[in-house]
Formats: sequence, C-alpha cells, structure tokens
Amino acid sequence: MSELVRKVSVRCEVNGESVTLEAYPMARLLDVLREQLKLTGTKEGCGEGECGACSVEMDGALVNSCLVPVLQAQGVKIRTIEGVASGGGALHAVQEAFLTYGGAQCGICTPGMILAAVNLLARNPHPDDAQIREGLSGNLCRCTGYMKIFESVVEAVRHSDEAEGQSGTGA
Amino acid sequence: METHSIGKSVPRKEGREKVTGCARYVDDLTFPDMLHGVTVRSPAPRGRIREIRFEGDIPWDEFTIVTAKDIPGKNCIALLIEDQPCLADGVVNHCEEPVVLLAHYDRYLLEEARRCVRVEIEPLPAIFSMEDSLARKEIIWGHDNIFKAFYVEKGDVDSAWAAADFIAEGEYETCAQEQLYIEPQGVIAQFNAAQGVTVWGSLQCPYYVHKALVILFGLPKDRVRVVQTETGGGFGGKEEYPSMIAAHAALLAQKSGRPVKIIYDRAEDMVATTKRHPSKTRHRTAVTRDGKLLAMDIDFTIDGGAYETLSPVVLSRGTIHAAGPYHCANVRINSRAVATNAPPHGAFRGFGAPQSVFALERHLDRVADAIGMAPDELRRRNFISEGQTLAVGQVVKEKVDMNRLLDRAFALSDYHAKRKRFVDENAGRTIKKGIGFASFLHGAGFTGSGEEYLASEVAMEAMRDGSVHVLAGSTEMGQGTNTIFSQIAADALGLDCDRIKILQPDTAQVPNSGPTVASRTAMIVGKLVETAALGLKRTLLESGLLELEDGAADFARACRTYVDAHGALKSFVKYEHPRDLHWDDEHYRGDAYGAYAWAVYVAEVLVDTRTGEVRVDDFVAVQEVGKVINPALAAGQIEGGVAQGIGFALYENVVWQEGRMANAQMTNYVMPTSMDLPPIRVFFEEIPYERGPAGAKGIGELPLDGTAPAIANAIAHATGADVRQIPITPEALLEMLAAMPPKAWEGAHV
Amino acid sequence: METPRDLTETLDRMAKEPGVWKPFAGGTDLMVLLEAGKLPREKFLNIWNLAELRGIETSADHVTLGALTTYTEVRRHEILAREFPLLCRAAAETGSVATQNRGTLGGNIANASPAADSPPALLVYDAEIEIVSASGVRWIPYQQFHSGYKQMDLQPAELIRRVRVPRNKNAWRQYFRKVGTRRAQAISKVCFAAAARMDPGRIGDVRIVLGSVAPTALRAVRTEEVLRGQRPEPAILKVAQEALAREIAPIDDMRSTLRYRRTVARNLLAEFIESLAG
Repeated sequence: MSELVRKVSVRCEVNGESVTLEAYPMARLLDVLREQLKLTGTKEGCGEGECGACSVEMDGALVNSCLVPVLQAQGVKIRTIEGVASGGGALHAVQEAFLTYGGAQCGICTPGMILAAVNLLARNPHPDDAQIREGLSGNLCRCTGYMKIFESVVEAVRHSDEAEGQSGTGA
Repeated sequence: METHSIGKSVPRKEGREKVTGCARYVDDLTFPDMLHGVTVRSPAPRGRIREIRFEGDIPWDEFTIVTAKDIPGKNCIALLIEDQPCLADGVVNHCEEPVVLLAHYDRYLLEEARRCVRVEIEPLPAIFSMEDSLARKEIIWGHDNIFKAFYVEKGDVDSAWAAADFIAEGEYETCAQEQLYIEPQGVIAQFNAAQGVTVWGSLQCPYYVHKALVILFGLPKDRVRVVQTETGGGFGGKEEYPSMIAAHAALLAQKSGRPVKIIYDRAEDMVATTKRHPSKTRHRTAVTRDGKLLAMDIDFTIDGGAYETLSPVVLSRGTIHAAGPYHCANVRINSRAVATNAPPHGAFRGFGAPQSVFALERHLDRVADAIGMAPDELRRRNFISEGQTLAVGQVVKEKVDMNRLLDRAFALSDYHAKRKRFVDENAGRTIKKGIGFASFLHGAGFTGSGEEYLASEVAMEAMRDGSVHVLAGSTEMGQGTNTIFSQIAADALGLDCDRIKILQPDTAQVPNSGPTVASRTAMIVGKLVETAALGLKRTLLESGLLELEDGAADFARACRTYVDAHGALKSFVKYEHPRDLHWDDEHYRGDAYGAYAWAVYVAEVLVDTRTGEVRVDDFVAVQEVGKVINPALAAGQIEGGVAQGIGFALYENVVWQEGRMANAQMTNYVMPTSMDLPPIRVFFEEIPYERGPAGAKGIGELPLDGTAPAIANAIAHATGADVRQIPITPEALLEMLAAMPPKAWEGAHV
Repeated sequence: METPRDLTETLDRMAKEPGVWKPFAGGTDLMVLLEAGKLPREKFLNIWNLAELRGIETSADHVTLGALTTYTEVRRHEILAREFPLLCRAAAETGSVATQNRGTLGGNIANASPAADSPPALLVYDAEIEIVSASGVRWIPYQQFHSGYKQMDLQPAELIRRVRVPRNKNAWRQYFRKVGTRRAQAISKVCFAAAARMDPGRIGDVRIVLGSVAPTALRAVRTEEVLRGQRPEPAILKVAQEALAREIAPIDDMRSTLRYRRTVARNLLAEFIESLAG
C-alpha cells in the first residue's frame, strides 16, 4: 500500500447496527468485516469470487465480499452470517434445517451457503430443485456433494410453510 | 451394550457453531503482537541456488527473515524418511519449493516484499514424466529415482497364458487431482524458551506435525505442542503438508520472538501443496471364453514428485487394491513410485486405490467386450467369496456377497433396461446416453502391520458431574469424528450424546490415536473409544458404585462419589492387533486389512457428442460397510466422495507447465458446482464387523474408488469411446470420437 | 479510490488527468486482477452509484441500458426477457447470483475479455454504444468498438454511458449456447449467439457471433453471407461450416484447445441451422 493513500471513513449498517469503518478505500469488504468488526463468520476460500465462502448481502443482494472495495459499502445495509439468526438465540429456519439434515460438514462453506440460501428464499419462497441448484451455484462445497444442502433448503421451506400455516398467516 | 444413539442421525456435535458462523478456524484467530508470515519459493523445477537477492524499496530491517541456516535441528520435514528439506539449502528440486521465509506485521507490505525477493537458480535438467524418471534420463532422487517398489505374486501367472482363450491388454492413466478443501492451509505458531514451540492449525494429524517439529527444532517432545483448530476440509491434503507450514511459522516465531500466522492464499495452496499421485497402469489379463479370470498381470506406477513424503504407502494401497474384489488364482503386481521434479504428491482420499481401481474396472469392461460378454456377467463369474483369497493372499473372512450388491444397484438404477434402451435410442442422435458400473472394495485401517506400528491410544475421563471427556488425537474435519465418538461413548455408558465432550486435539492433552486417515477413525479409533468407555463403566461396576441396569442419573451419582473418594476417574486404551491377522512385510503377503467395505456404483450419463460435454444424470451408490453409526453422516461421506469422484472423472485437470501447475485458480481448476451434480443416491448394507465399534467398518475413502470408472464405463457405453484416461474432458472425448470410425459408435454389448 | 459526486465530476477528473483515473464499477473483473497482482494499484473512480449510468429505458424502437445495468437487472427486465432472450441467457450464464448482482454490461464491454458472454448477444442485436467525455458524446456501432485483443475505441478520458439495441429482431429465430468448463461459474470455451429472420423456408437475414474463438467477440460476416437467402439444409451447412472454420481464430489456452473450439464452433453452427429447419 502506497503511503499516499489515506484511510477513509465508511458509514454503513452491519447486521442492523450503524458502524463507521476506518479503512483504505480499496481494502476488501471481507477483510474489514473480519478484522475491524471481528465478524469472522464470513470466510475467505479463494479471493477470486469463485467459491462464495465470502458471501454477504449488500442492500439485500448477495455479493462476494472479497471483490467489494470497502469504499463501495458507503451507505449500504450489510448482512453477514452473524445477522441471519433472529435475536434471542432462535435460529433461522435454514440454519435449523442445516442442523437437522446435515447441511454442514466441515462448515467452512456454510456461512456463505446459508446466506445464499436465505437470500434465495427471500426472493423466491418456493423454489423448485433447479432454482435451488441455481441459487446456490456460486457457493462451492467440497465436502457434501450438495445433496444434504439441497435437502436442508427444501426442509427449511417446508417447515416455514408449516409454521406459517399454524400461525394462521399463510394463505 | 444397549444402543440408544448408534444407528440414528444424531445432529453434528459442533453444528450450531458452524451454522451461526461462530466456529473458529485458524484464520479467525489473532494473537497479540502477531506477525504474518509468507514463503518465498523456487521459480525453477531443479537447480542450484546461486543467489538470494532482496530487492525493491522495502524496509528489510523491519522483517524477520529465515533461511535454511536458521534451522536449529535437522533441516527436514520428517515423515516416513527425512529427505524433504524444510527450506531449500543450496539446491531446489521442484517449482515452488520453499527457500526463504519472511514475517512482518503488515500483511500488504509483506506481500510486496515477497515479490521483491529474487531467488536466482542455475538450472539443472529436470524430469517431468514417469517414463523419463524410469529411464533415468537424470537421477533426481536416491540412486535410481525410485521411492519404493512392490512385487506381489499369487499362483503362477506365466503358466496361465497358454490356457487362455483371450488375452486382453490395456494401459490406463489418471492425472493429478487437487484436494481443494475450501479452507486453505494455515497455522499460527508461537515460540518461547519455557514452553518451546506451540502451533495451532488446520490439520488432520497433530502428532505428525509434532514429530516433524521435534526433529526440526531438536526439542524434547514435551516442548512441542500442536493444537488442531476447526478444520475446513482436509481429504488427505492436510495429512502431511501441515508439518511443512507449521515448521515455517514456528521458525519465524522463534526468530522474531512473536506469534506468527501463515495463511496460504488459494493460488499458493494449489501450486505448492500436495496432490493425488498421477498413475499409469498396464493390465494383461488371461480369460477363458466363459469369463473366468485365469491370470492378471498388473504393472502400476505412480508419480511421487520430488520427495518421498507418503509415496510408499500410497503405492502400497494402490497395489493391494489393484486386483479388486475378484478371485483369480494367478496374480502378479509389479508396482513402483518414482520421483519427478513436480511438487511432492501426497495423500488424497483413496490414497492409491482410486488410481488402480480406475484401471481395473475400466479394463474389465474391455475384457468383457473382447469376449462378447456383458460386463456384469464377467464380474459375477469372478466375484470373490468368503473363504477365497485376495491377490495378496488374504483369506476373506467376511460374509461378502457382491452379487447381491450388484443386484441391488442394478435394480435401483434400472441398469439392464437402460443398458439396452440407450443403445436403441442413441442411434442417429447427437445426444447419447449411457449407463455403466464399477464393483470394488476398500480396506479400512492402515495396511498390514501398520495399525500395530501406530499403536493408537485413547483416553477417557468421567467427570464429577457425570459428563465424560474423550481424549483422542483423531480430528474432526467435517466427516463427523466428534459426533460418532460421542455416540459410541454415550451408548457404551448408557448416556445421552450431549453428556460426552470430545476434547480439542491438542498434543499436550490427548494421546496419539494415530492419524485421521485411511478410513480408520470409526473402525479402529472408534473401537478404542468404545473400549475406553466400557473401561470406565467397569471401574464403577467393580467399585460397587454402579449396577448394570442403572441409568444416567445413577451414573452421574456414581461418578461424583468415585471422584470424591478416589480422585480422577480415567481409562486408557491402547490398540491391540488381532492375533489372527498376519502380514508379511517382506513378501507383501497376508492379511492386508482387518476389514473391507464392498461396493457397486452405477452411473448414468448423457453425452453431447457435439461438444464432448458429459452430464451425470443419476448415480447409485450401494455399499456394505458394517454398522452405520450415523446414517446422515455416513450418507454425507458417500455423497461428498462421489462428488469428488465425479470431479476426478470429468472436470479436474491439473495443467502442468515445466513442472508447475499453470491453472492455479478456482476459475481454472474446475470442481463441480451445485448445477453439475446429479442426485447421488446412497444405500447401505450392514453386516456387522465384530471388531468395529457396534460393528462399524471404515467408509471415508470408499466412494473415490468406484465413481470414476463407473462414469468411464458409462461413457464407453454411450459412445463406444475406448476411455483409458481420466479426466475425460470434453476436449479428450471429442478427440476420441473423432478418431473412431463412425459405425463404431453404434452398438455396444448390453 | 474516490467517489465522484456525479457523472460530470467523473468526466472532469478523467479529462484533467487522462489515464490516471480508471472507472471502477462492480469490481468483479478488476478486483480479481488486483488480487492476482496483475493490475498496478491505480487510482480508481467509484462510479457504482452514478444514477446517470443506471436504468433501462424503452422506446418504441429501442431499449437503452445504462452502462451500470447489472446482469441481474437484465434478467429481471420483462421486455429484455421477451425480445432479447440471447442477452438474458448470457446474463443468466455469467458467473452466479453474486457475480450477476455486481457485474455490469459496461464493465463487461470495457474489460474486453475475448470470453465475455454479453458481447456476442449485443452484436447479434446490432447494439450501439454511447461514449461520453467532458468534451462530448458519441454513438458508435458496437461492432466497431473492439479492434483487437483488449484494444477498443475508448480514449483514456472517455466512459461508456449507455448501450442501445433496436427492437427489430423480435420475430427472428434466436439461438444461444455457451460451452463452458462447467454449468455455472464457467468461463466460456466457445460462445455462440445467433439469430435468423426466416422468410418462409429460407434464411432471409442472419447474425452469427462467437465468443472465445478470436481476440474479440467475432461476428462471422462471411458465414452469414453464405447463409443469406439459403434454405437451412445439410449442403449449405457444410459450406457455412467451412467458412466459419476459416473466419474464426481460436487458440490453445489453459481452458481448452484450438481443435476443440473449432470443432465445437462448427457443431454449434450445425445445431443452429438445424433448429431453423424445424
């Protein structure tokens, strides 16, 4: 890093909390989240936007944070894996499903994979098999062969539907 | 033993941490005053180091710099032997060989500095192929470039040729495969005078690293400590390599006096660390017209790269698996591991067997074709049964029924109907479908006397509150070690799984249970866990504090009473080799493995003959594995292994340029995404193995053996292409199709 | 990197120090190059939020897309989905969801990879590019934009502002096939985008554009000439395949081979022509 480059202040929201980041503008959002905010749930697997282990949401859109210069996080709402569970220890349906159906093995791809799944379901609450595969195609997993990940997503949808039905808010 | 959780898909022990992002992998850890470290590597595949220059506008005095002369003990990464230097000293033998280490607190400046260190090499002629190595164009290792050779002989092969109705020959090749764990290699090391070296890292075998550091530093064993952090995938790639990266970090830590973290970026991990051994196999097979295998003459060569690492053991497993689950009276296997100037190859799930099994299963389909017999019929006429001997002379003592597995796999995949229907449907079409299978076995545990030599140990402690701690050197890396150990211990003690705690593998507090490799963790170490648990129980029973029918609450009470009265309640178990297993290391004969898993895999493919693209549309994996301890975890192992096997067969290709991996990016080294894989359908049969915990055998590596040949055979069925090599890239397939006479595409034996 | 207030400030700064300030959009190409050390640390202008470069406008005759239109936005646009399926296919087969959210048409054009997926589609659709600078605005046919490998008609002080495609191929038969290294997140080995206006039974007019077989996306004009006015039959296909093999210039590289690319290009042409016969 050249001495001529100065750090900048980036004001954004991370997992619902307003934060001000002090960083070099071209620092990767991935590194700033991990090192400055100590949100180490987001992982680096490749540094080239191929594996998706660094997936986060920026204003609701899934992105690879290893490819985002932190300056571009200015004014953005960011969600990381740490912001997926609702408060009070309750997990998101996708997280519960991963636990029950074996969606995680070594776990390194899991944060990114869960973000991708949560993002998919937010856009499309009832994806078919092809849509699930496509929605997760940017997240590489070397352990599972994806089978139990798909199963977890399908079950998360089913449980959410049931929960909605039970609470009377479903159609 | 009353089982309570074994056989159930108990959720993963560390699952909650993993799904919430709380699990801490090595790069998630920071220490106060920590420096980052990087490695400067050789640009050339072989040569003498003429000069190391520190160029550029870098404040070098701020850096910690380590070279070979800083090594306090022996400059080697000790494994089977001590031939591999920790840092190159005077000569280099492969591209990316480590030469200089740098540490600094600024990660970015460090990276700039790395690019400013110039390692000048005076090149020497390098060897890049197994042929050149065997031809001794240059002697690059030892006196003849051969790390190890085996000769296996059963019966009298040479007498069988005369009686043969057909003699079928073939050569088969497999290429290097990168493990591609999603978490790259990484360690943090610390050194101080009082405690010596401590290393935390992503690794499979803490005691391998421990041994290597003891020798590198010349320290007593209790002044080296290795701790495994949550590990994001290993697959063998973190079996031996972590000793190297740990050594580097520890040297920097010693010289700087500060903790040092080294994390490889993906490109470095791919170019510099181990890969699956490339292989070449030649088969010559004598067979009668009604499909009886009279003789198998097998020649098997693997490329070990520049240093020995684990090549002898990879060769061993590949050799022993080379003749498959078949009974043949006359077998000869000549095998060797040779040196080339590639970065050393190493462990990758399957460990030699995927290479030799690919050759065998592809070859047998061709043999069947040569005698006009259906490939499954040929197998049926030669499947081994209980009481018969395998190629290395092991009498099969298991109730193996390969025909049954074949029947089941075929029923599930609709094999026979599709085998015929596809041939009819393919005529005149550019999109062709095919279905093929592979039948195979995989030995669990270390070969021969290996387990005896490992002498694995497990300790257990019942705490005052009735919870139980398991102390084992086996590591969790996603395959489920923590969970199945909990289940085994819980069932042995009549407790719930959440009363069992698996301690973090830390050489300062757990015994050496052997490496987490070789499909041994459930079967061998799990049995020790079971025995240790029963040992605790026996102590309480014998002390009168517990009755046999007592439940969990009684157990807790008994523990409290015992601990208050006698102090710690511990048990300790050491592996005892079964007396009826005999292995002759000199002649390479005898009982190679305590138990085998047996399998038949069926692959259905769709081939677009216009682009050479192959899509696997369905995959059926049937295996007999002894007792399945945790169905979800076991299925997960098979599914993940099949996925890696599909990569091995179709997508994963290491492009070599002058001894260096040219496609060291995830965009260019292609592993399957969620859109590239079929539904992988997994089915288990269970014939309990009495020496396994609750009857379990090993399964971790099995799926890598049969997946690629099943796919290759399916492609051959679809197109008639005489596949001899993997990966079957679209480029390779189109070349094969172009070389075939058009009529040859039509028709294949059903 | 600095964030200019608006397009005017962006262009002014680029004009004041031409070649010093590089526009930086979604970063899906540039960040990879920076990480790999293949790009010197330059001065970047963060244009990601410039409203003047966003938005998709529809008129009776044209659809005009801001240079910052992401692949996701392309995929979601109703009229693009209906009338410009090749562009939507290209967008859907680029990278994955995360890449599509940050990758932009302008970035794809300016990065000028020979393997880029949207250029072939844009060329089939006779796209035009609007280029702006502090001193003015100009439109050029996209066909004339790339002159060689990473060579383009874009001065250091200029910026791509919009891409415009005429709505005149709606009734054409359209074909897109990207042959990559795998089914998602794949760099293409051969990309084939084509469209034909069928005057009953004959190819009235045709566009054939390939990616990854030349230093830039290649419009196979000689192959098009062979096919114009012809019936889509085996005899003319053979002639067209010969013409195509001569027009393209594939190479061996890390991902694939010259022979493969040439064979597949010919085979995809066959697939396209056969689809017209149906």
